[in-house]
Amino acid sequence: MSLSKSLSAFGWRRPGAASAALLGLPAIWFAALYLAAIGALLITSFWTVDDLSGNLIPGFSLTNFQQLVSGQVYIRIALRTISIAAAVTITDVILAWPVAYAMIRLASPRLSAAMMAGVMVPLWSSYLARVYAWRVILSHNGLLNWTLIEIGLPRAHIGYSNWAMWIVFSYLWLPFMILPVAASVERIPPSLLEASADLGARGFTTFCRVMLPMAVPGMVAGAIFTFSLTLGDYVTPMLVGGRGSDFIGNVVYSNVGVTNNIPFAAAYAVLPLGVMAVFLLIARKLGAFDAL
Amino acid sequence: MRSDAIIWAAVAVVFSFLFIPIIVIVLYAFSTAPIPAWPIAAFTLHWFADTWADQAVRQALLLSLEVASVATVTAMILGTLAAMAVARMQSGAKEVVSFIAVLPIALPGILTGMALAAYFAFWGINLSYWTIVAGHATFCVVIVYNNVVARLRRMSHSLTDASADLGADAFRTFRLIQLPMMASAIGAGALLAFALSFDEVIVTTFTAGAQNTLPLWIFGAIRLGQQLPEVNVVVFAIILFTAIPVLLAQKLIGESGKVVR
Amino acid sequence: MKDGLKRKLAKLALYLSASLPFAQGAAAAEPLQAIGQGEGVLNVVAWEGYAQDAWVKPFEASTGCMVHVKYAGSSDEMVALMRSGGGDQYDVVSASGDATLRLIYGHDVQPINMALIPAWKSFIPQLKNPPFNTVKGIHYGVSYEWGPNTLLYNTEVFPTAPTSWSVIYNPKYKGKITVPDNPIQIADAALYLSKREPSLGITDPYELNQAQMDAVVKLLKAQSKLIKKYWALASDEIQLFTSGDAVVGAAWPYQTNTLQAAKVPVADTIPQEGATGWADSWMISAKAPHPNCAYEWINWVTTPKVQAEQAIYFGETPANTLACKEMDAQQPGACAQYHANAPASYFDQIKFWKTPRTDCGDGQHDCLDYSAWQREWQFIKG
Repeated sequence: MSLSKSLSAFGWRRPGAASAALLGLPAIWFAALYLAAIGALLITSFWTVDDLSGNLIPGFSLTNFQQLVSGQVYIRIALRTISIAAAVTITDVILAWPVAYAMIRLASPRLSAAMMAGVMVPLWSSYLARVYAWRVILSHNGLLNWTLIEIGLPRAHIGYSNWAMWIVFSYLWLPFMILPVAASVERIPPSLLEASADLGARGFTTFCRVMLPMAVPGMVAGAIFTFSLTLGDYVTPMLVGGRGSDFIGNVVYSNVGVTNNIPFAAAYAVLPLGVMAVFLLIARKLGAFDAL
Repeated sequence: MRSDAIIWAAVAVVFSFLFIPIIVIVLYAFSTAPIPAWPIAAFTLHWFADTWADQAVRQALLLSLEVASVATVTAMILGTLAAMAVARMQSGAKEVVSFIAVLPIALPGILTGMALAAYFAFWGINLSYWTIVAGHATFCVVIVYNNVVARLRRMSHSLTDASADLGADAFRTFRLIQLPMMASAIGAGALLAFALSFDEVIVTTFTAGAQNTLPLWIFGAIRLGQQLPEVNVVVFAIILFTAIPVLLAQKLIGESGKVVR
Repeated sequence: MKDGLKRKLAKLALYLSASLPFAQGAAAAEPLQAIGQGEGVLNVVAWEGYAQDAWVKPFEASTGCMVHVKYAGSSDEMVALMRSGGGDQYDVVSASGDATLRLIYGHDVQPINMALIPAWKSFIPQLKNPPFNTVKGIHYGVSYEWGPNTLLYNTEVFPTAPTSWSVIYNPKYKGKITVPDNPIQIADAALYLSKREPSLGITDPYELNQAQMDAVVKLLKAQSKLIKKYWALASDEIQLFTSGDAVVGAAWPYQTNTLQAAKVPVADTIPQEGATGWADSWMISAKAPHPNCAYEWINWVTTPKVQAEQAIYFGETPANTLACKEMDAQQPGACAQYHANAPASYFDQIKFWKTPRTDCGDGQHDCLDYSAWQREWQFIKG
């Protein structure tokens, strides 16, 4: 019996061992690189920086967290970040539905594939270039205001503001919502929808009672992307935000880059970590992991 | 049906939302003025020549292609292995794996970047091409993993069982049965992973040393504010070139008979 | 097992702290004794506009050192970049006076052998051994160019140049003002207040005690309601003025030059209260992987020709006195326009960026240090 035969026979008898063998490489990669790095970061958040020498002092101190809680500004920035991330997620769910629905239920296979490609194209064109394009569109004399004036409306003052960030983030992450929502719509058996119609439900009722609940995992899966991508961004606030548009990411970035106050940055980063952990636990309950 | 018309109208609105900035990018690639202003006063083609001659752009593009390729291949291997492992697992263990795999993309990029940078420094690893790849591969794994897990879920076990019954060992079964069945799912995942890596800014900022990937070069050009038309030219070119993989993806999708996966 | 973990943590702490500012003393490494064969590559951290093709391309052709540039929009970013990846990523940095000491005391840069920099002899006297790049007689940086931070304005809104910085604190221009997103901006407000409210007793805008800082913060908090955007990148401000989002703001001459070249109706001025400014030095990383190319670069950019090109391109003044003639050759009148022949008093009136320390310079130690400035700046921005 060859070695491969004996190995595979062993795997057959002991599926757990086979799984472990397969999982070995990815597990080592994640444990040794990613989880270790995140873990080390969490530990540093309890460290402090010596005022005089600037040295890091290992140990256990809640100073950084106290500073975060006592500084109103950090709470305000966290609330701004989280609420814009939430607004972006809701907006993307609303925008994703017609596209996902049309793509799966209404379009011919050809058109459907073309729409799919259309959703993917923005993912292939530089994130930075698109953010910059929005900045030009929304600015005082930009495309938007030019159009508004051409059709006889007053200027919209949304360039360099939280509104601009909301629009740009919603735009950036929309494809990440459309894909999983479409996937979950596709998984709904057409017979179910027919049954609903047969039972006299109107289109909208069927949508609310049948499709929407069944697509929850897809929406939550999409929300993982839209929410976390917004939560961790600092480039878009820097480019299209106005005064007082700092995100958690901007504070973290400047603390890493500026004072080299890594413990403080790490402590602030615990917040999005915690928010996402809760988010993921809920997502798991809602079955979103199967819909990713 | 009237409600269908409403839906199509909404689709049109969403697609124009998706494409207006891209049209703007393409238009500005032809604008004479180095600083974008609206309306565009005059048009020119000379940015195309400038961009073509720009050594920095070329180097950055090459680096990005290299990084994205290596990261994608790594992610394909790790993601497929993990997915195959999970296919044989109890649902509890399965969820743990899924949870960990999704972390790099679910946790804010700045956290991942910062953690990796500090971690590399801790081990005395110089930031290089390989540290960029390591960071990218980590968040790309989940994309391949998810695609393959979904495919395996739909794949019946009877084929692999039959293969084993006929005396094929696990590797032969993998090569002849499982791999062909997973191929299009791996391919579709790889395409998305490649796109993610190719366009990543935030993690890369922390894991790249002096080398510039294309997005980092673009960020540099945006800072200066004088090479913006070159950025637009590059993006325009990328869109044209990606028409190829997108068409390819459609073909893969067509083969698997599924639109989304 | 537990001990092992402790050792690991201690090692991590040691590693991280080695890259932090104001550790003990300056680096003791020996400077280069002779410039050898170039290494073929040079990694540069520079201000926007400091590594233009006009002088980078000829440098590459003549030395074979291929230049890779990373731009930084603030001194903070420069310091961070120089420390990234353990400090061996970049060779040279164009550090301003508010970053140089942080880099020197942080062991991030190496001593420079001035015998290898021939242009140094023709520098203006103030920039040969300035305190911001020369410590205890040891050179850690070679002066490059200097200039004032200016008041940039739209000439359609201001037909005549504003004479006071008060315009950027004036509610009349609410939502049309932009200032740098940089803690050192506090010094601009302090300079303005030192003239407006002499009773505060501000003598040096970089040496502020808590009471003075409170007054400055109050002014800046009121200003923040009038701000359109705090610009972080030079292009932010360029775009803001191009699109009409901002009509007045604090700027570098680089923005003025770029905007004027694009035919945007702007001009800049130094108001009566005076101006803060920068004096930049090229410094070499303590762990520079390409030290020979680094020296070649510093020699290249201190030649009169490049000094002149840089001065005209950015709108600043060269350190090398021989650049004046070259400037006039490149653009008639440029030498006088960019103050390359100005008397020493012009140099002395600019309040150059420096790192705020607790030491007030008069024996008192109740001034706020830079980390306090950063905290205040975060609160100002909200």
